[in-house]
Amino acid sequence: MSKSITIDGNTVPFEEGQTIMEAATAAGVYIPHLCHHPEFTPHGSCKLCNVKVNGRICSACTFPAMEGQQVLNNTQELTDDRQLITQMLFVEGNHFCPSCEKTGNCQLQAVAYHLNMLDNHFPLFYPARKVDASHAEVMIDHNRCIFCTLCVRASQQKDGKDVFAISGRGLNKHLLVNAQSGLLKDTDIEATDQAAHICPTGAILIKHTAYQVPIGERIYDHKQIDQVSLETENSQHGK
Amino acid sequence: MANKIRVATTSLAGCFGCHMSFLDIDERMLQLVEHVEFDRSPITDIEHCTNCDIGLIEGGVCNSENVHVLREFRKNCKILVAVGACAINGGLPAMRNFIPLEECLNEAYLDGIGVENAQIPSDPELPLLLDKVRPIHEVVKIDYFLPGCPPSADVFWKFLTDLIEGREPSLPYELVHYD
Repeated sequence: MSKSITIDGNTVPFEEGQTIMEAATAAGVYIPHLCHHPEFTPHGSCKLCNVKVNGRICSACTFPAMEGQQVLNNTQELTDDRQLITQMLFVEGNHFCPSCEKTGNCQLQAVAYHLNMLDNHFPLFYPARKVDASHAEVMIDHNRCIFCTLCVRASQQKDGKDVFAISGRGLNKHLLVNAQSGLLKDTDIEATDQAAHICPTGAILIKHTAYQVPIGERIYDHKQIDQVSLETENSQHGK
Repeated sequence: MANKIRVATTSLAGCFGCHMSFLDIDERMLQLVEHVEFDRSPITDIEHCTNCDIGLIEGGVCNSENVHVLREFRKNCKILVAVGACAINGGLPAMRNFIPLEECLNEAYLDGIGVENAQIPSDPELPLLLDKVRPIHEVVKIDYFLPGCPPSADVFWKFLTDLIEGREPSLPYELVHYD
């Protein structure tokens, strides 16, 4: 007999070595996340995938599934926590959706919509951050970086390069590029690299593509992120 | 008449786009005014609000007058609503938050291309600019938020009809947009 856990009371089977996130996704259960991507080593930093495992809060993307776990996912308490976490992500950066070309395709925005986040709750930081438009094809808007490290992992694990890193702590945390000048143009990144496409927000963008898909026809305009996530990520787990 | 719900509206550091979007409810305005009368608002030209049920605030807070108006609304409105991106996170006017205020003024009034008779306006009647543009929830307690740049006419309609009919206002997925 296969092993199983329960998520919100429903039995979910798992294979040895799977995380709670992997087991949930395979069973068609959406757990909100931003820094998790099925193709990369989990990072466990965004904390949106917080679930309650036998009464304790854990990150579903890093926590291994084990026989008999009772997992709570879709509860008001966790939804409230996730909304607060998302609000913190918004106020700590500069996320002005009306002037961002990623709007409608942005996972940060889509998660916020999914959680019915209508306000920021906290005072806004308005941190002073820069835009690096030095590269011919790829640009970084540091205002929108949420430090999920997906670009770091994609560059190392898929592209076989080492273009990105996170440096500093707390308020001083920032995304670094691997060049003496600190500019993207002096790295070996190319527009075809997965690292250039993996950003869940509008922090790393491919130039000259901004409004090719008009607003109103974008990924999350008519589908919620839970549906999109399960459709696209289910097949990618275990790759 | 006396039983009508009293609504006041204003635009602080906004562009009146949210007000224009509100007017986009078009002929539904006729249904609305059966239940609602407007107090202080650009629609009525009444200058100060008195005992209102709902206050709709467009725009963030960029100067001292915005703060006074916002506090007047909070004092006089049972329910205060942040309408649109600027009221919620400062929006476009908050883009100046990354440039020191003095530099902004110098660029606009002294060093900018085509500036004639260069001087920084200092008439005592002009409200003083705040160091940074702030969202309104940082100044007063806000009861509801209507995101969007602007929120669509349907957002205004859904929110106001929910309130008028005694329901807790809620916006379905299709009506929640930050852009």
